[in-house]
Amino acid sequence: MEEELKVIVFKLGSEEYGIEVDKVQTIERMMPITRVPKTLSFVKGVINLRGVVIPVIDLRGRFSLPESEYTDQTRIVIVGVDDMQVGFIVDSANDVIDIKRDAIDTPPEVVGGVKARYLRGVAKLEDSRLLIMLNLHEVLNKSEIVQLESIEG
Amino acid sequence: MDMNQYLSMFIDESNDHLQSLNENMLQLEGNPEDLGIVQVIFRSAHTLKGMAATMGFEDLASLTHKMENVLDLVRNEKLKMQDFIFDTLFKSLDALETMVQDITGGGEGKADVSSIVASLQAIENGEWTGGNAPAADANQSPNTSTPSAVELDEFQYSVLDQSIAEGHRVLYIEVLVSEQSQLKGVRAYMVFDLLERSGEVVKSFPTVQDIEQEKFERSFSLYYITTKEAQELEKGIMSISEIESAKVIQLDQETLQQMTNQAAAAVEVADAPVPAPEAVSLNTKDSSKDEAKPVASKPAPPKQAAAPSRTIRVDIERLDVLMNLFSELLIDRSRLEQLASETGNNDLSDTVAHLSRVSTDLQNIVLKLRMVPVDTVFNRFPRMIRDLAKTLDKKIDLVITGAETELDRTVIDEIGDPLVHLLRNAVDHGVESIAERVAAGKPEMGTVNLRAFHSGNHVFIEIEDDGKGIYRDNLLKTAVKRGVVTEEQGAKMSDDEVNQLLFAPGFSTADKISDISGRGVGLDVVKSKITSLGGNVTIHSTPGKGTNFSVQLPLTLSIIAAMLVRLGSEKYAVPLSSIVETAIVQRQQVRNIHGNKMITFRESLIPYLSLSEVFGVPDFNDADEQETEIVVIRKGERLAAVAVEEFIGQSEIVLKSMGTYLPSIEGISGATILGDGQVALILDPNAFIK
Repeated sequence: MEEELKVIVFKLGSEEYGIEVDKVQTIERMMPITRVPKTLSFVKGVINLRGVVIPVIDLRGRFSLPESEYTDQTRIVIVGVDDMQVGFIVDSANDVIDIKRDAIDTPPEVVGGVKARYLRGVAKLEDSRLLIMLNLHEVLNKSEIVQLESIEG
Repeated sequence: MDMNQYLSMFIDESNDHLQSLNENMLQLEGNPEDLGIVQVIFRSAHTLKGMAATMGFEDLASLTHKMENVLDLVRNEKLKMQDFIFDTLFKSLDALETMVQDITGGGEGKADVSSIVASLQAIENGEWTGGNAPAADANQSPNTSTPSAVELDEFQYSVLDQSIAEGHRVLYIEVLVSEQSQLKGVRAYMVFDLLERSGEVVKSFPTVQDIEQEKFERSFSLYYITTKEAQELEKGIMSISEIESAKVIQLDQETLQQMTNQAAAAVEVADAPVPAPEAVSLNTKDSSKDEAKPVASKPAPPKQAAAPSRTIRVDIERLDVLMNLFSELLIDRSRLEQLASETGNNDLSDTVAHLSRVSTDLQNIVLKLRMVPVDTVFNRFPRMIRDLAKTLDKKIDLVITGAETELDRTVIDEIGDPLVHLLRNAVDHGVESIAERVAAGKPEMGTVNLRAFHSGNHVFIEIEDDGKGIYRDNLLKTAVKRGVVTEEQGAKMSDDEVNQLLFAPGFSTADKISDISGRGVGLDVVKSKITSLGGNVTIHSTPGKGTNFSVQLPLTLSIIAAMLVRLGSEKYAVPLSSIVETAIVQRQQVRNIHGNKMITFRESLIPYLSLSEVFGVPDFNDADEQETEIVVIRKGERLAAVAVEEFIGQSEIVLKSMGTYLPSIEGISGATILGDGQVALILDPNAFIK
C-alpha cells in the first residue's frame, strides 16, 4: 500500500524544502519582530501571533546559508513540535503537495551545504523536482543551540 | 457506575481529611487526654474510610479501618494514647497520604503497608511492647480483623445467656457478601433463610429490615441459637453463591459477656452503612452499655467549617483559561486607549475610559479568584516540625501567624519547597539542643516563628528561630575554606553581606551534613527559586539570639505594573516593583571608577549600566548623549542606574512566556504584548545587580 504524505513546500534560495502538514500550524506574512538580545544570530526575535509570543528563527541562518533581504514573498512558517512553537523565516511558501512515502530516499551525505542530520530525506517529485524533507526534531534541537551559544558567546 | 467523575472530588476531600487528621493528631499529642479530639479524628477517619471504600480503593479503606479500630479503643478509654501509638498513627497518615498521592497521579492507591497494619493490629490486640493491654480482646477468632460485634439489649443478652446455660449452642456469625454481588439483599435473605431452618436468629446487625433493603455495606453479623455444629453452618452459608466469607464463632458465657461489653463500645465501628458519616454514635466519656446506642446523626463538622460553605471548587485550569482570556482583553484595552487618544473622538474616549475602569475592577476580581491563603502551604509544617524535633531530640514550638494571608496560586505552588528548606534549616541548625539551650540560659523549648504578612505589593514570609544565630567569624572561615570568598574579600564585607554568603552555591557551615539539612546545602537553590518567583530573601541574625529569614514575594506573577522605556526602536518593560525612581543625568556626572561606570545618587555612588551596551541595541547608545534618562532600580538594599533613551509611561502588562525554544537570557525575565501588538521584553532588574 502506498502511503501518501501531505507536505508544505517552501523555498530557501533555489532549494525546495518540505515539512509534513501536521507539523505546520500556520503560515504568516512577514510581521514586526522584536529582537531578543544576547541570542544566536539566526534567532531573529519574537513575534506576537494572536496573543502568543513565539520565537522566530531565520532558516537560512540556521542552515548557515547566506541570509537575504526579506521580500513580499518572505513567509514565517509556524511549526509545532513537542509543545514547542517556533517560526521559520523562509523565502517563500506557497504549495501543498502529496508525496508518496516511498518516494523519500535517505539523504546523501551532503546536500546543498545543509548538515545532513537536519534532513529526513529527499523526495523525488514527478517533474524531476527534488524536495528536501526536514527533520524538525534536529532543526529545533535545543542542546545544539546551547552548544552553539557557548562557542559564539 | 463511572467513578471517574467523582475522582477529583474524592482526592480533594481526602486531602482535606488527611490534613484535618494531621492537625488534630498534633493537637491530641499536645493534649492526649482530650477525648473530644479523638472523636473528631475518629469521624474524619471514618468518613475517609467510607469514601475510599465507595471509590473502590481497598487498600486505603482497610488501612483507615485499622486506624479506626485503634482510635475506637482510645475514645472508649480502653487504650491510652502513648508515643508508640502516636507514631504508628502518624505513620499510617503518611502512608494514606502516599496512597492518595498515587491515586492523584492516576494510580490505584496501592501500597505495601503491612508493617504499619501489623503495628496497628498489635496495638489493637494489646500485644505491643511497653503498653497496658487494651480491654478489647481478640478472643473471637485468631484471624479476626474486625472486632465487629453486635450490641445486645438486656433481654437479648439474657436469652443468649440462658441458652448457653441450657446447653444450646450460641453462635456469633459474621458474613461477608462478595464485592461483585448485585443483589446483596437477596444473598443476605438466603443466609437468614438457611439459618432460620435450623435455629433462631436473636439479633442481627444491621437490623433485618435494613438488610432486606440492602442498607449495609458488604457484611452483616448476627447472634444465633441452634443445635447445629459451627463448622456445619459455616459450610452451609458458604455454599450460598456470592458469599465471600462466613465466620462462625461459638460463644460461651464468658466470651458472650466480653463481646457484649465490647460491642457496647464498638457498635458503630463495624461496617457502618455508606455513606459513612451517618452512623456515628455520640459516645461520650461515660458511655455505658445503655447509652451507646447508635444514633444516626451527622458528625459535628470540623470547627472551621461550622457555617455552611458558600464556596465552590473550581478547576485551576479553568481559572488559567479565564486569566489568559482576560490578558487578551487587557492588551486590547491598551490598544483601544491608544487609538482613542490618537483619533481624539470624545465619545470613543469616554467609552474607552469606562471600559478601562470596568476592566480594572474585573482584573482585581480575577486576580482575587486566584488568591489562596498561605495556610494551604503552612498547614503541613506543624507535622513536619514535630517529626523533625523528634528525630533531632529537640523541643520546638512552631508559632504560625498570618496564615490567612493570601498569595497568588502560582506563587503558592512554588513556595512550599523553599519554605520547607528554611524551616528545616531553622530547626536543625538554628535551634540548639536542649542541653545547649539550658547552658545558654534559654528555655528548653525552642521557638520557631513562621509569619506571613502583606506589605504594599508584596507578601513577606518570615522564619525566625530563637537559636544560636550566625557567627560571622565561623561563617567567614567556612566561606574561605570552601573557596567562596578570599580572606581579604571577607574582611571587607558587612555583616549582612557575610550572612548572604549562606546562599552562595556549594556552601555549608555544618561540619557534618545531616540528612535533614545543612545550612547552605541547597540554600542557594532556595534563593534561586525565590528569585525566579520575582522575590527576594534576606537574613538577619543576632549571634546567640537567633536568626530571621525574610522572604519577600510578589502578590501575583501574571499581571504586573511596569514602566515602559524606549531605546532606539526597541521598547522594554521594567517592573515597577523594582524601580526606585527615574532621573536625568548629565554625561559628565557619569564617572569612571576603576573601570566601572558610577554615578552619584542621593549622596552615594551607585553603578551606572548602559542597557544599550548590554543588549547591543543597534540604533541607540547612551554614550552619544549629553543628557541621559536613567531608571534607578533596586535589589534588596542595593541600587543601580540603568540608562535608557526615553520613558514611555506606566502600564499594566501581562507576563507572557517566550516559549521553551529560547534559552533563558540573562537580564530578560519574559515578554509582554503592548497595545500596538508589538512584543516588548521585560527586564529582570535582579540580574543587573550582582
